[in-house]
Amino acid sequence: MNPIPTCTREVVVKLENGLHLGPSSQIVQLAQKFNSELSIRKGDRTVDGKSMLDLLTLAAEHGTVLKLEAHGTDAAAALEAISALFERNFASDQPSDGPA
Amino acid sequence: MEVRRGIAVAPGVAIGPALVLGSEDFRIPQRFVRVDAIDIELARFRAALEAAVAEIAGHEELAAARLGQQYGAIFAAHRQLAQDPKLVKDIEDLIRQKCYSPEFASSRVLRKYAKTLQNLGDRYFAERANDLFDLEKRILRHLLGERREELTQLTVPVVVLAHNLTPSETANLDKKFVLGFATEVGGKSSHTAILAGALELPAVVGVGSFLADVSGGESVIIDGNEGTVIIDPDEETLGSYRDAERRMRSAAVKLTSLGPLRSETKDGVPIHIYGNIEFPDEVDHCVERGAEGIGLYRTEFLYLESDAEPTEDVQLGAYVRVLKAFPSGPVVIRTLDLGAEKFPQSMQEVIEATPNPALGLRSMRLTLHNIPMFKTQLRAILRAATVGDVRIMFPLVSTLLELRQAKMILGDVVEDLEEHKVAFNAKVKVGMMVEVPSAALMADEFAREVDFFSIGTNDLIQYTLGVDRANPAVANLYSSADPSVLRLIEGVIKASEKYNLPVSVCGQMSSDPIYTPLLVGMGLRELSVTPQAILEVKQAVRNLTVAQSREILDRARSLDVARDVENYLRGEMKKSSPDVV
Repeated sequence: MNPIPTCTREVVVKLENGLHLGPSSQIVQLAQKFNSELSIRKGDRTVDGKSMLDLLTLAAEHGTVLKLEAHGTDAAAALEAISALFERNFASDQPSDGPA
Repeated sequence: MEVRRGIAVAPGVAIGPALVLGSEDFRIPQRFVRVDAIDIELARFRAALEAAVAEIAGHEELAAARLGQQYGAIFAAHRQLAQDPKLVKDIEDLIRQKCYSPEFASSRVLRKYAKTLQNLGDRYFAERANDLFDLEKRILRHLLGERREELTQLTVPVVVLAHNLTPSETANLDKKFVLGFATEVGGKSSHTAILAGALELPAVVGVGSFLADVSGGESVIIDGNEGTVIIDPDEETLGSYRDAERRMRSAAVKLTSLGPLRSETKDGVPIHIYGNIEFPDEVDHCVERGAEGIGLYRTEFLYLESDAEPTEDVQLGAYVRVLKAFPSGPVVIRTLDLGAEKFPQSMQEVIEATPNPALGLRSMRLTLHNIPMFKTQLRAILRAATVGDVRIMFPLVSTLLELRQAKMILGDVVEDLEEHKVAFNAKVKVGMMVEVPSAALMADEFAREVDFFSIGTNDLIQYTLGVDRANPAVANLYSSADPSVLRLIEGVIKASEKYNLPVSVCGQMSSDPIYTPLLVGMGLRELSVTPQAILEVKQAVRNLTVAQSREILDRARSLDVARDVENYLRGEMKKSSPDVV
């Protein structure tokens, strides 16, 4: 049996207003499409990537480095999708699709 | 007795018992529930949450369709907040473990998170606390049931006192029972104020917080002339108001005799007076008082009446009703001039949360984002034009390109109607409101591309002086008499003369008879005024010669601050028509 995979990756918040309402909502929408748990860490605080309230209260301002950690069968795909969101700076040109 | 000052927005006096509509704060009736009721309370919470989520989803769709994706996304985020598993769990835990009532639990949890956000030290995140307060209100509203049923179930005459009335609440006030109203917020030219004028209900807005002092049922006087609200008046005050009421009624009767008389100056120059209306039924007042047509038919009410967009036939019916009242006179229909008030109350707050709503997506700009809706209205107007002299007027035009785009869409509609062989009249005159300083400054250029101008002073003043007309804190800066405003108006009139273009003034300025001499002096020959002001303005016209009006203008031009101009005009008015207050 393969152990349940865990993947981690670091991303930088490039949004001018930080990780505010709209982007948080995009993360939650996307994360909910995966089975894996998603946790997001800023410094020593870790929050649930599927909770808007958690993400908001994280107050990730412009320039913050966040550590993403996905744990579950589709961890790699989940992480890939979420970090892509950060990379394109939450531009909405691309529909936020679920797992391919 | 307690006297409060506010902003007078609709004249007249109302005396009656107070009906208080509370502010948006909800009172939580009970904090704890019995252990054996927990399951029922949990079910009640889930139902309320579900209803709140469905409501937000509805707003999301409406905003995305009417305003664009980015507005829809705001509500999508709100919806996700409401569905946050953590939030739901926190609230349910408090109900289950501590026997909190769903109201108390929801409020506790949302306020806890809001406080966390406020304490983060970042301005942007602190502001997000408002989104949580908004959600708290929404859930509580669903738990406690819709409020404001009071307004629809009146059986005795009352004076309504509220924190705020939305335009649709105002429009639906039952005139049989509502004598007048006063609100804590609002400004002179807010939509609610304009509606109060249209309904001819005495009203005072922007009183500031005063509801805490009123419990309801006590006798209240609303003085819509002076802008005062008197709570629990003493016998003497009450008596003098009753006398004033009687006097005003007899003055009104005297004015009524002016109805059939011509509107011309002493030296025989005709000054055409048209009515500004909001509802088709107001044409009756206009006809009665001898208006020669409708200079401004605001069509927003059709859209505010319900959440659904009015169909082409519903609009056609309303337009024809107005035209039938004025078979020969012009009826100028202003195309949609909507801002955030088009949306349900709970959406407005979010839309208006953009930093500068007055400079944002409103009026013509919003219309050009909703071309299908715009085309429906244009079709209805062109079809109505078979019945009488309809004219189309575009609001808030700020650049020539906007005007050209609007005219192009009108051209498309004409072609479309031709193709489908629908009966219509393509020879409709097309004009524009001049209400943005850019349009006033470019009046010469605009004059070559339209059939008429109408100067909308309310917005022109707001944009020229940079004053938010709905903000009581700066409302004192807002004045029709400001020399900068007068200069712009005169410029537009001069441009119209040069191109032989009809021009009128349809803002609230034209309804105040102290400005009649000034406007006539500038060369204006058409005024469009609120129905209540028709007779007073006619009287001011009939007391004047053109030579006098030019002298008054010259003198006013030499004054450099609004207050002096206003005082001077008021003095002149007292001299020429002492019986007009």
